[in-house]
Amino acid sequence: MNFNNGDVVVTGLGATTPLGADVPSTWDALLAGRSGVTRITDEWVQPFPAQLVARLAEEPAEKIDRVRSRRLDRSQQVAVVAAEEAWADSGAGDAGYDSLRVAVVIGTGIGGALTLLGQDDILEEKGPKRVSPFTIPMLMPNGPAAAVGLAIAARGGVHAPVSACASGAEAIRWGLDMLRLDRADVVLVGGAEACVHPLPMAGFASMRAMSTRNDDPEHASRPFDAGRDGFILAEGAACLVLERADAAKARGAKVYGRVAGAGGTSDGYDLVAPHPEGEGAQRAIGAALRDAGLTAADIGHVNAHATSTPVGDIAEAAAILESIGDHAAVAATKSQTGHLLGAAGALESVFCLLALRDQVIPGTQNIEQLDDAAAVQKLDIVRGEPRKATFSAALNDSFGFGGHNMALVFPTA
Amino acid sequence: MASTAEIQSGLAEILEEVAGVAPADATPEKSFTEDLDVDSLSMVEIATAVEDKFGVAIPDDELGGIKTVGDAISFIEKHQ
Repeated sequence: MNFNNGDVVVTGLGATTPLGADVPSTWDALLAGRSGVTRITDEWVQPFPAQLVARLAEEPAEKIDRVRSRRLDRSQQVAVVAAEEAWADSGAGDAGYDSLRVAVVIGTGIGGALTLLGQDDILEEKGPKRVSPFTIPMLMPNGPAAAVGLAIAARGGVHAPVSACASGAEAIRWGLDMLRLDRADVVLVGGAEACVHPLPMAGFASMRAMSTRNDDPEHASRPFDAGRDGFILAEGAACLVLERADAAKARGAKVYGRVAGAGGTSDGYDLVAPHPEGEGAQRAIGAALRDAGLTAADIGHVNAHATSTPVGDIAEAAAILESIGDHAAVAATKSQTGHLLGAAGALESVFCLLALRDQVIPGTQNIEQLDDAAAVQKLDIVRGEPRKATFSAALNDSFGFGGHNMALVFPTA
Repeated sequence: MASTAEIQSGLAEILEEVAGVAPADATPEKSFTEDLDVDSLSMVEIATAVEDKFGVAIPDDELGGIKTVGDAISFIEKHQ
């Protein structure tokens, strides 16, 4: 087996989110403290306890033509939009890479739910012959990865990790592994999610996982606040282009930072509830640090998973405190973006790299009264305005239903 | 009964909707796969749309034999 021990760097970023149609507009809106959360006004939402959502700032149809759109589920459309931005940003498409050595890893939490549910309506109303021949390629969870693979003509492998809200982070870990195992020379990684529909909304609401602060959308997502009452369902995608540092340098590529370490663990505790002390999360963070050859003291910034659920935020705070300490500046960007589920880990990794580039920590919004849990009280959570900082490595946490824990370490190049 | 010209223009509308084929390109000699880049799944959608527009069902075992726009026009003319 071949191994390649060279550094892996990020040379391209792409995103389409509730805060913006691309990476620059999303980052600007994040630093400006804007919220992507709104209240649904459609008739169907009336009986729903949780009526808030973070929809895309720009419809994918603005960037993908009609004929191409009609055979792509919305989760595939957002993946393609983010991937094409990242690919163009990296310049890797013009760098002479052999397409046999180009790979794609795009995760999703839910997959093509809108197609599944929409085609089920057609089946019920019009019968089986009216079900679209594109139903299966549109609903399959590897659909976003496959659509992106086609968009950039990747022939070195297309993969789709599915680990609920850790999927986007897991995709980055897979991409790193592929480069280290010498299975590819460039890997486009990321996450995609688009499942704003009554059924997922009802399912999450029945779990009591979503905020019901319906009359105050912009202040509903409030990670680490004492009054938090659940997450806000968001849609969007984010992608990163990973290559070897020596190849990126040789072609004069712009470099955002390194992906130096990744850790992935499982709780073995409960299907959906996190371990109360974040035991599995601690092991993931520890593994990522060791993999990166860094220590906790090297981490200056943590982009927390912090979804604004009562149980999850406390368990994560305990895990960060135990495995990193209280010196790192913590940001919970879901306070503005909402929770992009399988795209969250990818988007928050994009935020880590931009924070590193600009040496600024995004502010966490909507903390009126910090939760009185000891671990939350001890963390250095940046509240309100962004904070200028000098740091050389950032860490991103992502967790998913199923007991999935992912941690990624991004040092400066 | 639709005339040949009506069938051709109706088919061109379907091709434009399903596969983005410019109406001027939907001429009888064109091959769906070779010339118009219409794949097998899109052919299934086209068959469904033909049934809606012309009331002509194209059975699966006949669909494979329809290679050109002209083949489709002839099939619809014969079975309408």
